[in-house]
Amino acid sequence: MTVRILYFASFREAAGRDEQRLDLPEGSKVRDLWAALAASLPHFARFPSMPPAAVNRAYAPGDTALADGDEVAFLPPVAGG
Amino acid sequence: MYLTTSPIDLPSLLHESRASDGAVAVFIGVVRNENEGRATTRIRYEAYGPMAESEMDKIAEGLRREWPAAQVRMMHRVGPLEIGEASVAVVATSPHRADAFAACRAAIDRIKTTVPIWKKEYHPDGSSDWVDPTRGSTGREDAPDRIRGS
Repeated sequence: MTVRILYFASFREAAGRDEQRLDLPEGSKVRDLWAALAASLPHFARFPSMPPAAVNRAYAPGDTALADGDEVAFLPPVAGG
Repeated sequence: MYLTTSPIDLPSLLHESRASDGAVAVFIGVVRNENEGRATTRIRYEAYGPMAESEMDKIAEGLRREWPAAQVRMMHRVGPLEIGEASVAVVATSPHRADAFAACRAAIDRIKTTVPIWKKEYHPDGSSDWVDPTRGSTGREDAPDRIRGS
């Protein structure tokens, strides 16, 4: 399956792009995707634990199963207001 | 719509009160010229737009459940902002002040907690930082932790 990953703020700058598509094994969960990204990006590997994640524009825990076409984003600490 | 790239139109937010409203509580967040002792010349807000809209809608739903008498309107600016400009506005109206104050306070507290919006601060020397409220600092490795020991 293929998911679309969106990057924002400090994560966008660290990744050097706004988004990417990534092929994942069937049955992959949000935390598996984070592990894959952390393995390829040193900036992400520095995080002691998975940051908040969103699947299809809603917060989703690490054990959320991903599906083909999902829009996934890992969120740096929010600072609105 | 809760996000805007234009200056926040406060008069239009204030204009929507009902005949039964006896109280209007307003919170306006304004861009400050410093953070944690470091000068700021301007800032830029970035949002995960569709999710931010959805999260603010969830906040509005929660506020309606918890303060049914209150009516709350919220607007957050995104993009580049200058010092002194309003970054966020909350207007809560209610028949009586207690609900208006409480709903207004809850709204801004929740916006800061769950809505995917990020703030970059620019400094006089040309450097910039993404603000990280979870570190009690601007995310710089050498920033003091003001919360510790308090």
